[in-house]
Amino acid sequence: MAGLPLLPELLRQLFSRPATNTFPSRHLPSSVTGFLAKVARGEATIHPPVPTPPKFRGKIVYDREACIGCSLCLRVCPAHAIEFIPETKRVRIYVTQCIFCSQCNDVCPKDALHMSPEFLLATEDRYAESQIVE
Amino acid sequence: MSAEKTKKTIPYTVPIGPVHPALKEPVMFTFGMEGEIVKTVDFAPGQTHRGIEWMGMRRNPVQIVHMTDRVCGICGIVHSLSFARAVEQIVGIEVPERADYIRTILHELERIQSHLLWAGVAAHELGFDSLFYLAWRVREQSMDLIENLTGNRVNYGIIQIGGVRRDISSEQRSLIEKGLAYYQGLLDKMATLFLEDSTVRMRCRDHGFLSENDARILCAVGPTARASGLNMDVRQDYPYCAYGDLDVKAILPPAETGGPRGDVYDRIIVRLLEIGQSVEIIRQCLESLPPGEILWEPKMAKLLAACKKAEGEAIGRVEAPRGECMHYVRMAGKEAPESWKIKASSYSNLMSWIPMLQGEQLADIPIIVASIDPCLSCTDRVAVTRNGRSAILTKEDLTRLSREKTRRMMQ
Repeated sequence: MAGLPLLPELLRQLFSRPATNTFPSRHLPSSVTGFLAKVARGEATIHPPVPTPPKFRGKIVYDREACIGCSLCLRVCPAHAIEFIPETKRVRIYVTQCIFCSQCNDVCPKDALHMSPEFLLATEDRYAESQIVE
Repeated sequence: MSAEKTKKTIPYTVPIGPVHPALKEPVMFTFGMEGEIVKTVDFAPGQTHRGIEWMGMRRNPVQIVHMTDRVCGICGIVHSLSFARAVEQIVGIEVPERADYIRTILHELERIQSHLLWAGVAAHELGFDSLFYLAWRVREQSMDLIENLTGNRVNYGIIQIGGVRRDISSEQRSLIEKGLAYYQGLLDKMATLFLEDSTVRMRCRDHGFLSENDARILCAVGPTARASGLNMDVRQDYPYCAYGDLDVKAILPPAETGGPRGDVYDRIIVRLLEIGQSVEIIRQCLESLPPGEILWEPKMAKLLAACKKAEGEAIGRVEAPRGECMHYVRMAGKEAPESWKIKASSYSNLMSWIPMLQGEQLADIPIIVASIDPCLSCTDRVAVTRNGRSAILTKEDLTRLSREKTRRMMQ
């Protein structure tokens, strides 16, 4: 096709499956918040997102028992998302501040910090219980 | 041109920006128009200043290296690699060979995704949205590869001072090979779709012309300079990482397509050919990937102590997908660097907009502006605000401020 090389490709694409994964629902609901409320009530199910890769860095997980309170993680955190609590000699992590670089995971001598594959973290309250790990 | 003269010769002043649907990046343009023809061009960057260097000067190098990922959404590897190379020179760190090769592989994967992203944007600016979707569809393959190798899609967090943070396993190796085969088979198709299309040819051939001389005078870098016929590429001229061992030559528009003419069409050719070059470089890297360590010092406390002791200054240079990117770092025996300055590649390329846009039509502005692949969030470094008002400093003002500072320091 002179001058229109995309045309055959476009015709072929008419018969192939869409490349995108529809999320959170298979078809666009009239209201996304209404759909999510339905999901919360158990009336609808979420169409699953694309699976995360093996070493994905999601919400941080903290093993309080393994921690020795050395506060090395505070020194390497670029976002100042980790706070040291002197009374308990343990740390508190603010997920809303975290930039998910996992540098604290690398530096921890006791392997007390890990990244989970959880990534749907948006809330309206940055100090909500789900946003603070301790 | 004086204000009075401008008024007489140019009937219309058309401002476009700072945020405009036709421009993908925030920049303020002022065009002097005569009918449909652009007569004068002026632009003001500095609309997305975020103060990342200020933040860096209060943090240690291990923290900064993760912040550099966030300088630009596309060039995550470029900025962190460039910063890491500057610090490595100051501290005297020798990066393990395997880490150098892994850095190169990721750097080239990033170039593939960046060029495909640009190709899509260029098609979109021409109003050719089906080509835009197709380019972004094939870009996903490289994004998925990067995600698999580094852990994240955009802010990779893979570069560390003195190496990389994650090794490439044998399964990942076969994934990369699969991805390379995918792009190898795609190159001819992409070239046909872009270069043989009559719409693309009509809109891009002989538009946005930048002569070789102008490119040299205005210090253009990267694909913009190469499309104008300048034989320059940091990977070829000052090899870093594993590029010294590899066969890398700067890609110029080939003679069979009309030689280097310096128009938008040539910039498309250079970028499409560079995707093929990147595939070839990654293949060479995989073939000769040496075994060994991936970090100079796995213990961060020791690395931080070494950085704290270091004194001196250095420049890390890297060939970003858009051209040469530079990080200047000065350390003075403290935890945080004394100075950190980023020169992004778009900073060098912005000035070439002026000769490119002069004499073109208003409707050609989006594609010509996009043709240098501008990245303003990388570039913007200085904005002055006083009493809530922002002001732009002219050259005279800066000279005056500089003289005042010298006088102050001499007292």
